[in-house]
Amino acid sequence: MQQDFIYILPEGILTIGGLLLMLVAAWGGDKAGRTITWLGVALLIGAGAAVPGLRDAGGMAFGGLFAADSYAAFAKLVIYAGAAIAMLMALSWFGRDRDYRAEYPVLILFSAVGMGMMVSAADLLTLYVGLELTSLSSYVLASFQRTDTRSAEAGLKYFVLGALASGILLYGISLLYGFTGTTLFGEIAAKLGDGISTGELFGIVFVLAGLAFKISAVPFHMWTPDVYEGAPTPVTAFFASAPKVAAMALLVRVTVEAMGPATFQWRQIVIFAALASIVLGGVAAIGQRSIKRLLAYSSINNVGFALVGVAASGVAGVSAVLTYMAVYLVMTLGTFLVVLRMRDAEERPVETIASLAGLSQTRPMLAFAMAIFMFSLAGIPGLFGFWPKFLVFDAAVQANLTWLAVVAIAGSVISAFYYLMIVKKMYFDAPAPAYAPTKEPVGSALLFISALIVSPLGYLLIKPLGQAATTAARALF
Amino acid sequence: MASFPILSALLALPMLGALACLLANAQAARWIALLTTLGVFVLSIGIWATFQIGGPQWQFTEFQSIFGDKLNWALGIDGIALMLIVLTAFLMPICILASWRSIEKRVPEFMACFLFMETLMIGVFAAQDLYLFYIFFEAGLIPMYLIIGIWGGANRIYAAYKFFLYTLLGSVLMLIAMIWMVNHAGTTSIPALMETDFPAGAQNWLWLAFFASFAVKMPMWPVHTWLPDAHVQAPTAGSVILAGVLLKMGGYGFIRFSLPMFPEASSALIWIVFGLSMVAVVYTSLVALVQQDMKKLIAYSSVAHMAFVTIGLFAFNRQGIEGGLIVMLAHGLVSGALFLCVGVVYDRMHTREIDQYGGLSNNMPKYALFFMFFTMASVGLPGAANFVGEFLALVGAYQANSWVAAVATSGVILGAAYMLYLYWRMAYGTARTAEAAAMKDMDKREFLLLAPLAAATLWMGVYPESFMAPMRGDVEILLERINRAAPQGDAHLTAGRPAPAAAAHGEGHRAAPAAAAPEGAHH
Repeated sequence: MQQDFIYILPEGILTIGGLLLMLVAAWGGDKAGRTITWLGVALLIGAGAAVPGLRDAGGMAFGGLFAADSYAAFAKLVIYAGAAIAMLMALSWFGRDRDYRAEYPVLILFSAVGMGMMVSAADLLTLYVGLELTSLSSYVLASFQRTDTRSAEAGLKYFVLGALASGILLYGISLLYGFTGTTLFGEIAAKLGDGISTGELFGIVFVLAGLAFKISAVPFHMWTPDVYEGAPTPVTAFFASAPKVAAMALLVRVTVEAMGPATFQWRQIVIFAALASIVLGGVAAIGQRSIKRLLAYSSINNVGFALVGVAASGVAGVSAVLTYMAVYLVMTLGTFLVVLRMRDAEERPVETIASLAGLSQTRPMLAFAMAIFMFSLAGIPGLFGFWPKFLVFDAAVQANLTWLAVVAIAGSVISAFYYLMIVKKMYFDAPAPAYAPTKEPVGSALLFISALIVSPLGYLLIKPLGQAATTAARALF
Repeated sequence: MASFPILSALLALPMLGALACLLANAQAARWIALLTTLGVFVLSIGIWATFQIGGPQWQFTEFQSIFGDKLNWALGIDGIALMLIVLTAFLMPICILASWRSIEKRVPEFMACFLFMETLMIGVFAAQDLYLFYIFFEAGLIPMYLIIGIWGGANRIYAAYKFFLYTLLGSVLMLIAMIWMVNHAGTTSIPALMETDFPAGAQNWLWLAFFASFAVKMPMWPVHTWLPDAHVQAPTAGSVILAGVLLKMGGYGFIRFSLPMFPEASSALIWIVFGLSMVAVVYTSLVALVQQDMKKLIAYSSVAHMAFVTIGLFAFNRQGIEGGLIVMLAHGLVSGALFLCVGVVYDRMHTREIDQYGGLSNNMPKYALFFMFFTMASVGLPGAANFVGEFLALVGAYQANSWVAAVATSGVILGAAYMLYLYWRMAYGTARTAEAAAMKDMDKREFLLLAPLAAATLWMGVYPESFMAPMRGDVEILLERINRAAPQGDAHLTAGRPAPAAAAHGEGHRAAPAAAAPEGAHH
């Protein structure tokens, strides 16, 4: 029993810390917001340090409901980092409009608890509870700017569609439970091993559909552009980063641990979602005028590539997905750090792509950073964004899915077009009115670090990152 | 010397120069770029001087596994890579000098792009790891996209997109083929893969994937259409580097990957190469004939010249391959020089329309002389570099397939037609516009640009052995590897059987025709 609580120490730290900070918020009011944010970051760092499974293999807690293995450890570290950065990003953004409220970091903390549970879930109900905890915090975060109708609309849309997806997922879970008689991943796999009945197949399909909604894979992606556009920018950055990582890690664990014997069945679904996401994420982004909508499609596109790794499965596939999501997190947060700095002379946020015109002349460093992120997201070699794409394709070829790799990489050329379009705006076009100068030391430091990781220097990370991802992936097999 | 990582230094130097340029002002950036490229050139000459001809195949090798087990920092060069690195290092200072005045806006970024480009180009030729090669090969798109897009002509954005997406689409398939090869052979080392025998069934697919990439880069008809656009819109120095070095990556790819790694597929699919090259030689030469835009004309001539390279490389014999290699080097010098010649008059008149010029030999005699020299070199006049390569390539092609040789030879004639027609319209007669008549002759800087190129072209034309010697051993190794798959030629050349000297002397004239008959006879 004591061991169980050691295994959930990070979640414990975050839960208790989050509750305490909520009290501070209640009594301290919004003036305490800044302090609470920094305390929240400290909590995430503390939780990260307490993650089990880093130095040892970890283990199962609560009779197999909760897996605190190296796989969960890797995902949790990435998620906590993403959550901490999302908190820091919000400081200056909300602060200017004086609508920063102390609940913001607390909500992110609760979301982080849920995400930790998601990646550790070894049981369909742990999975569901973790997912809902994350989602509920997300619905509130999306509508955080109460005075902005777009934000309210985003929150409502996200809530309604999210509830629908939860329903689908729950239906799938009930089918799987009904036909296998268990909710534990390991036991479901054992039951699927002796032939897959129609009921079980339906269960698999519904569970995957529910999860596809959370990672915003095509055809369950419709909410993404609207929510990304409407939500306050730091919240959008948060949505695009940590929860995506969590949902993807969860999907991998479900497909490997619970549905391992049904690989043939779920692989078709994953491959379809992967290719559809790559193509739609590429084509639909081309006509966008808002940078946030464009990044929404970019995230759909990237999820497609990560799904190629999911389809490949195996140690190579899983470690490729983990690497992909880790690098994707850095690229996405870096891009959003640039987007946060897009403000007109009166300090109002600007979201049009047109306003980026000639940025290389008005703000050369900012344009340079953005160009690095864009080329990296496009997967052009030389920048670090190429490496995870390469790993995913490598895994696909190893899994005898060469045709999938060929189609996916050809699709990556489509998406290269719109990333190039951003670079073209910034470097080739005549300058638009300059953005307001920014004095945000924290944001600048984060931007610098993320640009450095994505730059060719990031290749030096290949070895440690690869080792960590492989160790994590081995925990599933 | 062996312990000093000179290739890494060669890669690091321009990279550091690029960073320094970004932090400097315009004039300082120019000087930094010039000194850096000159430093690289000196280093590359040092490598050439210390390269052991007839020594081990791979020299100056370096190996660091700092990137884990999938990617290694493995460098090393053979003679072919050596010559291409020297060519790159030779052209770079000329490019920088060519942009000295014509680039006025955003100079630090321009110089940084060029130096970054130099690192990547040298990296392509020096990489001994398959994925490292790919990274260098593809990353070159980024600086070139910026060079065309920022400093290019009126329609630069279209050209930049076209260049980027065309070459990217060509290359991504190659990446998948590389992944497949590495998983099959269990190594990423290019020298090891060059000795791996891939199953014949897979070879065709792999060959096609590599072909997709190199044919676009080369460029071969019908995927050449990005080249005229990119050339026309790029600034002069961009065109020089594009024609001089980037196009060579395609040929280098064929000789480094397609031929030694997939000899059977190269032999089986040779009809694709020959067919496309034959079309390219004739078609693009005819297109060049009707161009009104100087740069476009030279761009089309590049496509035609590159077709000689592909014909030569795939001839599967020594003459052809050596000829193809020399054409690559010669074309790097001559077409680079021709673009510089265009740049000289473009800087004065800001138009590339041939109709705006005329009679330049009257008011620009020095310029007319240089232009004449490079025109003749491009035509393939003996004594200049192109002749050596084209002649060898055609000799090699004849052994492989006489039809190909016949059609390709017509390209030489057509080449003379469009180049001389260009020269006539530019230099002879009277000036068609007042501006053209008032242009001043070349200044010292421009002389400094063209004179070394002219000297090198002459050197390669008169004594090609200096350039052939380092590559000969590598061609030998390549031939040993691919001979087993060499397709049967239709020429059936046989050596002549001259009559013994005494008998010939004694029997006089009767024996001579009989002895000469079998020489070069067709069966």
